[in-house]
Amino acid sequence: MFSTWLNLKRAGVIGMNRRNADFILRYNERSLYPLVDDKLRTKQLAIAAGIAVPQLYGVIEIEHDIVNLPGIVKDYKDFVIKPAHGSGGNGIAVIIGRINERFQYNNGSLLTEEELEYHISNILSGMYSLGGQPDQALIEYRVKFDPLFESVSYRGVPDIRTIVFRGVPVASMVRLPTRLSDGKANLHQGAVGAGIDLTSGVTTRAVWQNRPIDIHPDTGSAISGLTIPHWNKLLTLAAQCYELVGLGYLGVDVVLDHELGPLVLELNARPGLSIQIANGKGMEKRLEYIDRLSEIPEKAQDRAALAQSLFKAEN
Amino acid sequence: MRQLHLLFLTLLLCAIGLGLAAYKVDTLGLPLTASAQTEVWNVEARISFKAKPDSGVKVSLPLPFNPSGYTVLNEDFVGANYGLATEQDEGGRVALWAKRRAQGKQLLFYRAVIFENEEKIADSSKIPSYPAVPDYPEHFLPVIQGLLDKSRQQSADTLSFAQQVIQQLNATAPAPELKLLIEHINTSKNLAKGISWILAGARVPARVIQGLRLHDGKRYSELEAWVQVHDGKQWRTLNTKDGQEGLPTNFVIWQIGDQKTFSVEGGTEISLQFSVAKALRELVDVAESRAILKGSRIMEFSLYSLPVQTQNVYKVLLMIPLGAFVVVLMRNLIGVKTFGTFMPVLIALAFRETELVWGLALFCLIVGLGLLLRAYVEQLKLLLIPRLASVLTMVVLLMAGTSVVMHKLGLEMGLSVALFPMVIMTMTIERMSLTWEEAGPVEAFKQGAGSLLVATIGYLVMNIDELQHLLFVFPELLLVVLAVTILFGRYSGYRLTELWRFRALAKR
Repeated sequence: MFSTWLNLKRAGVIGMNRRNADFILRYNERSLYPLVDDKLRTKQLAIAAGIAVPQLYGVIEIEHDIVNLPGIVKDYKDFVIKPAHGSGGNGIAVIIGRINERFQYNNGSLLTEEELEYHISNILSGMYSLGGQPDQALIEYRVKFDPLFESVSYRGVPDIRTIVFRGVPVASMVRLPTRLSDGKANLHQGAVGAGIDLTSGVTTRAVWQNRPIDIHPDTGSAISGLTIPHWNKLLTLAAQCYELVGLGYLGVDVVLDHELGPLVLELNARPGLSIQIANGKGMEKRLEYIDRLSEIPEKAQDRAALAQSLFKAEN
Repeated sequence: MRQLHLLFLTLLLCAIGLGLAAYKVDTLGLPLTASAQTEVWNVEARISFKAKPDSGVKVSLPLPFNPSGYTVLNEDFVGANYGLATEQDEGGRVALWAKRRAQGKQLLFYRAVIFENEEKIADSSKIPSYPAVPDYPEHFLPVIQGLLDKSRQQSADTLSFAQQVIQQLNATAPAPELKLLIEHINTSKNLAKGISWILAGARVPARVIQGLRLHDGKRYSELEAWVQVHDGKQWRTLNTKDGQEGLPTNFVIWQIGDQKTFSVEGGTEISLQFSVAKALRELVDVAESRAILKGSRIMEFSLYSLPVQTQNVYKVLLMIPLGAFVVVLMRNLIGVKTFGTFMPVLIALAFRETELVWGLALFCLIVGLGLLLRAYVEQLKLLLIPRLASVLTMVVLLMAGTSVVMHKLGLEMGLSVALFPMVIMTMTIERMSLTWEEAGPVEAFKQGAGSLLVATIGYLVMNIDELQHLLFVFPELLLVVLAVTILFGRYSGYRLTELWRFRALAKR
């Protein structure tokens, strides 16, 4: 046991306590949390700053407004409903189309309008929000993900999580939904995590259920060696989010739309640590290096470039 | 800087907590272990006499006054319709009973609880002046002179001189010239007084002390007199029978000197008798009494000053930080997942009432049934708050039902289910069913088991009687708990479960 401890220490793995004590508590001001915990505010901030996000179709804030749902979505064949304060991908309903007056869920099941309204009602009553406070439901554009990921996702939308520390990207992974994760992109729910080489944007290795894997468990396609399109743009986008909310230790979730390119999906003030497993590498060295930097470039583009050059030497 | 601040703070907290506790143990003698009892002596002085008709009665009884090596914890005076006053001056302490008219046999009692403490009070009395040579009766003068001269020749210092005098007076075959003197002493004065009277002839400072041997079950005994001579530095105590130095063990000095005497005015057939009995007392009580005697205000502000019911509440409340500390350890050091942060502590508190096995069984029963009902309610598509309220109602009904069924089955422990915090149960059911839906039954059971594990450990820790006693008597020890908790607040090492979680990274 103690040798595992030492090996982890040597591999520079950050634990939960370390993340909280040395990074989140020091760099993330509590008062800024609402900016990322409320996806509506994040979206509004991003739109104001000119950062690409999925288009917002409408917001339902009170129970009474649920009747407006058909009006909001009537022009759109597909859309996504998500709680503004949700966490861990819970409460997100992805509607991929309509069949006979019913909404088709991304797992194939059909929902009546009533059921969909009940789902929204649940969102509003705070079922998916932290601490159970009343919430809002966002209805937004459903991302048509880049065909690149077609062969390595099972329903749902793969997203790219990047940890941004003091505005500098430190680590990235792409999270691929599986049958087990029910289309969600969270590793602990059963999604596949694939590490990405920051310099090149090529996936390196993958883990599923804490085990290293080579092929997607549902589709059987190889996961490593994929080149993420628009990589530099994506990295810059992630770096930009630092200015957006001012959080020093930030998780940025980006999706790749095959038409619109990288879109910021959501931000996270307490990003998880599984990204280390996906990359097969601890973050300690990189975090400490950036922690020691006395000066951080002002432009997001420069910071992304800094990350790429810094961590190139490492590999 | 921050680390230094933290270190300083924790050291300060530890120092205050441990220091205060050490003071209480050391100075006030508060016990470190529960139900520690100590021996005390119940001493009773019984005065009986027959009142003379048509005259007032005045009784004076010397009382022990800060006896060396002992503490008088409690005193009480019993005398029907007698006026009572106690007087205290350099000559000692005395109780004075008075009554204008009394008839027949009279009984007065003085009772004291005496506790033997380790510390001997240093003799602080000033060096006495040399006494003047008494005016001995003419026919005794040469005898006494001879006795003193002989003793002086056979001795080296004041102590051995006094011992010589005592030995000669007590010799089995005393010198013929001494016989008369001994007779005189035995008739008019007691031996101790006589010895000091004779020693004054050589200008040796001497005094009589009276005290009581503490023997369990001793009855109808009297005070014993000893002689003390001052050797220029301190008073040395001598046995009046053989001149041996030193007081016997279990000897409490009742009275020093003879300024105060036992006397009864207006009474006949006077007797004064002492009885002694050994008794056991809670050490805490003893410490409390001693603290008051010492003028320490700490015990006045201790939890013992609260009403007993409130004390019992605090006995439980003071353990909660320990339960919380268990949660800190389990979550931040081990990495066990629980529902809610301190929910396990509350469950553990409920276990205190139900006992562990029953508590676990009842908890699982209620939560299990609650989950089934919750699954049914799920289909009704209720809003969150009404849904929680209805689950709560069901939990209450389940608890009531369980109690009734258990009672009918003769399982009285089932009744204690009523002591579970039902709101906590409701929240547990709600959270567990949400976790079930979102992360699957495995995760739900993992967190449920984690909660129960932490609750069980919390219960076991909070139920250690010794800890309970320790925290109640020394609540300042919570500062130490606080210090350690604060230290854990900056613990940035791995959690035990993370060793497993990141094991793939450790292999490389």
